[in-house]
Amino acid sequence: MELTSLTVHELQPLIRTGQISPKEAVEALGRRIEEVDPFIHGYLSHDLDRAISDAQKADVRLPLGGVPISIKDVINVKGHPCGCASKILEGYVAPYDATVIAKLRAAGAVPFGRVNMDEFAMGSSTENSAFGPTRNPWDLTRIPGGSSGGSAAVVAADEAFAALGSDTGGSIRQPAAFCGRVGLKPTYGRVSRFGLVAFASSLDQIGPITKDVRDAAILMNIISGPDEFDSTSLDDHVPDFTVALEKGVKGLKLGLPKEYFIEGLDLEVEKTVRAAVANLEGLGAEVIEISLPHTEFALSTYYIIAPAEASANLARFDGVRYGARAKGTKSLLEHYGKTREEGFGPEVKRRIILGTYVLSSGYYDAYYLRAQKVRTLIRQDFAAAFEKVDAIVCPTSPTPAFKLGERTNDPLSMYLADIFTLAANIAGICGISVPCGFLEREEKQLPVGLQILGKELNEPVVLQIAYAYEQNTVWHKAKPRVTFSPAKSSEGRSDELIAD
Amino acid sequence: MSSKNFDVEYLAELARIKLTPDEIKTFEAQLGLVLEHVAKLNAIDVLQVEPMAHSFPIYNVFREDEMGESLDREAALANAPKQAQGLFIVTKVVE
Repeated sequence: MELTSLTVHELQPLIRTGQISPKEAVEALGRRIEEVDPFIHGYLSHDLDRAISDAQKADVRLPLGGVPISIKDVINVKGHPCGCASKILEGYVAPYDATVIAKLRAAGAVPFGRVNMDEFAMGSSTENSAFGPTRNPWDLTRIPGGSSGGSAAVVAADEAFAALGSDTGGSIRQPAAFCGRVGLKPTYGRVSRFGLVAFASSLDQIGPITKDVRDAAILMNIISGPDEFDSTSLDDHVPDFTVALEKGVKGLKLGLPKEYFIEGLDLEVEKTVRAAVANLEGLGAEVIEISLPHTEFALSTYYIIAPAEASANLARFDGVRYGARAKGTKSLLEHYGKTREEGFGPEVKRRIILGTYVLSSGYYDAYYLRAQKVRTLIRQDFAAAFEKVDAIVCPTSPTPAFKLGERTNDPLSMYLADIFTLAANIAGICGISVPCGFLEREEKQLPVGLQILGKELNEPVVLQIAYAYEQNTVWHKAKPRVTFSPAKSSEGRSDELIAD
Repeated sequence: MSSKNFDVEYLAELARIKLTPDEIKTFEAQLGLVLEHVAKLNAIDVLQVEPMAHSFPIYNVFREDEMGESLDREAALANAPKQAQGLFIVTKVVE
């Protein structure tokens, strides 16, 4: 077995007992990246020498001692570039550690590389990266999902042991589903956002993308908890997330929301997800149909609130204190206009314009305020559902991974890829995506994700259900074949596929 | 809600982003569709509903007003496109 195919909970004991040195673990990643990343393009950059030096200093007795964890390019790692896959942050070097990074380091982990993403986490396919898209390891002509597409792809292709992503409307769960891995969006406030470059502050959360459910629980143990630098972080007790894993699902009540099984849901995805739910029933869970009546309004609510908050958050990128600055401007207004014109990609500009509109004088009540009210209704839907059930089960995304370029000219169809994940962010609840099977498209096997949503702070239950399902199935063990013979490599890497 | 008065050029000016005429046209069409979609929210009666700003009812978080560590000036200026004498240098603001 290749070293890089290990999970965190398999690797760490080998490091702790001296069977593998931290340096060897980093070097193995380096070799794997060299081998497959030219095809995947999951990493924007990585610094092997530095990672080796960090690894050698790590205390291997700590829970993550010596384990490299790959980091989405939206999280500040002191001394490393952090670019949000945007040209506007060119040259920026993080002057401090995000709280999650400080916590990873304190647990002995080695923050590793910058993984690709949609620019400023805006997107569902990683095609909005200013540095070219990441490809899905299961089919290189398809997208890995987004915005944490790089995180999911490098974990799926064994170029990472585990990764951190961020989830504003599904950006952890949806790519995890498309790449056949596990992705957890914690409850809003469970994990500090200090040092995460803000997109939509009332929705953003950092979370893990991992090879299995146990690793997700282990990473949650490390990164959760209150933080004096993020006053939206919750001071609720952080349990040991691994403790409940093996409790099984007997006696748990699961809700199947009828509004999620609608037109637009791929029939094979539906079949796969229903089979997974039947499997959970077989394991002793009780499944009942529930209703989340405002589901159809989640997308509209999200595409008012998220761009509104983004337009305010991204005002800080003005070429004054950091990042790129347009040359030769004569006035301050011209300086702002040109810097932001040159620095931002089309989707970021679109969302800033949309956000500016819904917040502008005369439209605030009609759009933003109304959306905030609908938000209350969506949250109430979930609260009512969680009085009847312990968790909600549904598809993570309505389709499997789509083709590169398929939706780039139609923002609305791109937004629909997140239609089943957005509501959890709007309501602030937690959710996980676990692999639940494959379907075949053009002779390629594409992963499907089962989404399990839990009420706020109920990550232990969500993990418990995910673990029971995972341990009773084989999907998480499936590996994409991303090794190419030299003869095949020109085919797998044809340049015309590198869109934009 | 209607997308009347959805003037991309004016909004871009407010947002301090220069756009090309082509971008203005494309965005107008694309965001017009998005605005049509979000108009769905008009169908809901929200008269009696309180807006929700955050997922949890958390209130102001206070701490003692004590000086803590922060970035020193050199580190804070290190990423500046242009700096001198401990200051960020920008294009002239006043004529």
